Amino acid sequence: MKTIYLDHVATNPLNPEVLEAMLPYFRERYGNPLSLYEPGMKAREAIENARESTASLINAKSKEIIFTASGAEANNFALKGIAYANQSKGKHIIISKIEHHSVLNTARFLEKSGFAVTYLPVDNNGMVKPSDVEKAITKETILISIIHASPEIGTIEPIEEISKIAKQKGIIMHTDAVASAGNIPVNVQSLGVDLLSFAAHQFYGPKGAAAIYIKEGTRIVPLIYGGIQEGGRRAGTENVPAIVGMGKAAELTRINLQKRIDHIKPLRDRLISNALKVDKILLTGHPEQRLPGHASFVVEYIEGEAMLLLLAAKGIYCASGSACSSKALKASPVLISIGIPAHLAQGSVVFTLGEDTTEEDINYFNETFPQIISRLREISPYAKGWEGMEGSSCTAKK
Amino acid sequence: MSAAEVITNLQDVSRLKFLDKPIDADATTDIIYMMCPMHLLTIEDKIKEINTGEILSILTDYDGALEDIPGWCDKTGNEFMGIYEDTDHYKFFIRKVKESK
Repeated sequence: MKTIYLDHVATNPLNPEVLEAMLPYFRERYGNPLSLYEPGMKAREAIENARESTASLINAKSKEIIFTASGAEANNFALKGIAYANQSKGKHIIISKIEHHSVLNTARFLEKSGFAVTYLPVDNNGMVKPSDVEKAITKETILISIIHASPEIGTIEPIEEISKIAKQKGIIMHTDAVASAGNIPVNVQSLGVDLLSFAAHQFYGPKGAAAIYIKEGTRIVPLIYGGIQEGGRRAGTENVPAIVGMGKAAELTRINLQKRIDHIKPLRDRLISNALKVDKILLTGHPEQRLPGHASFVVEYIEGEAMLLLLAAKGIYCASGSACSSKALKASPVLISIGIPAHLAQGSVVFTLGEDTTEEDINYFNETFPQIISRLREISPYAKGWEGMEGSSCTAKK
Repeated sequence: MSAAEVITNLQDVSRLKFLDKPIDADATTDIIYMMCPMHLLTIEDKIKEINTGEILSILTDYDGALEDIPGWCDKTGNEFMGIYEDTDHYKFFIRKVKESK
C-alpha cells in the first residue's frame, strides 16, 4: 500500500546527506570534545563548525548558540534560566494560552515556585494581540515567552511587534520557534528576541539535537550543572553525531528553504481548498499567517481519533491536534483558546506537508479524505446534530 | 554566603584586596551563574584579547573565585588589583602584565 506521510510537524525523515555527515562520529571519530589530544580536538572542531552553521540559519553569532537535547529542554532552560537569573528584579512572566506544553508546564512549575504568570488569550485565528501583551506588563515582569508558530493550528504570531514592546520596557523576550525554524525564515535580529528555541528534526536533522539562541550578554542560570561544555551553561558530554547532524541540516535548510516553501505551499493550498468542500468542516488557525505546509481542521460530528485510524488504514499518516487530545481524548487547550467548543475540538485533524510530499500524494488525499468523512458520518451518533451537547455548531461562527 | 563568611573559610586571606569602588576597566566579562572552572577559563580567553597594561574586570557570583582568581594571577604573573563586592556579585580586576601564550 502507498503511504503518505502528512505529519511533518511531528517529525521529519533524516536527510540522507545529514546521515552521511553524522556517521563518522558514530564510528571512528568518537573522541570526547573535551579531550586535548587529536580525536578530541577533531570532535571539538566538528561541534564548533556545526555551531556556526546552526547560528547562521537564524542569523545569530556562533557563541550565542547552546546545543540541547530537545526543543522541550531549550524551552525549559529559557524559562527557568531567565526566571531564576532575574528574580531579584521581579517575579512576573507572560506567556500565551497556546504555548507548547514545554513552555506551559514550565510556567506552571514556576508558578508553584513563587513566580506569577499571565496566560494571554488569543483571537479566533490563534493570534496574540500585541496590545494585550502591553496591558499585561507590570513593574514585576521579567520575561515574555510567546510561541513563534503553533504546531497545532499553524498560526504565526507577531513576534516582531511583541519584541519591540518587551525591549521598550526592558523585559527579556523568548520565542519557541521549534515549529517554525526550518519551515519559514527565522531571523533573530529582525524578530528582536533575546532567546529562541529550535530543533533539528523539524528541518530534516536528527532527533536529540536542538539549540537555544541566547543573545550575547544575557544572564541565565544553567539547567544542568557539571562541566564546562557549552561555556558552562549546559554540562554533559556533547552528543557529537547529533550536533554535527543539526549543523548539516541547518546548512542544507539555509540553501533550500525558499525552494521547500515554494514546493509545499501550493500543495497545501490545494489540500485546504479541497478539504473545505466537505460539509461542516472548519479550517483552524489563521487563513494566511500560517506555516506553509500546515493545514488543520475540525470536522463536525466526528472524532479526530477515528479519522486518524481510517486515514492510516488508507496509508495516510496525520495527527489529531495535540498529544493531549489524541492520547487522553481531552479537548485541546489550543482549540479551546481559539473558541472551538469542547465537543467540536474532538474532531480535530492536522495535516503537515514536507519536501517529499508530491502532487500525487495530494491527489490521493483529496480523493480519500471526503470518502472517510462520509463513511464516519454514516455511523456517527451525532451526525444528525449535536443534540444534548453544549454549545452549537462551529459552522455558524465563520 | 557573604564575602566575610567566605574569607573565614579561606586558608590565605592576605591576597584578598577589597575595593571601596570599582575600577574603570578596559574590558568586562560577565560569568554570573557560571561555576568552576569557567572563571579561570574565561580569564585565560579574555586576557588574550586585551593589551598589556589594560585592565580586565570579571563579574562572578562564584565564591570559589575569591581564592582562585588571585591564585591564578600569582601563577601567571598578572596583577590582581582587587575585588569590589557588588549587591549580588563580585567584580574582580586584573591588569595584564605580560603577553600570555
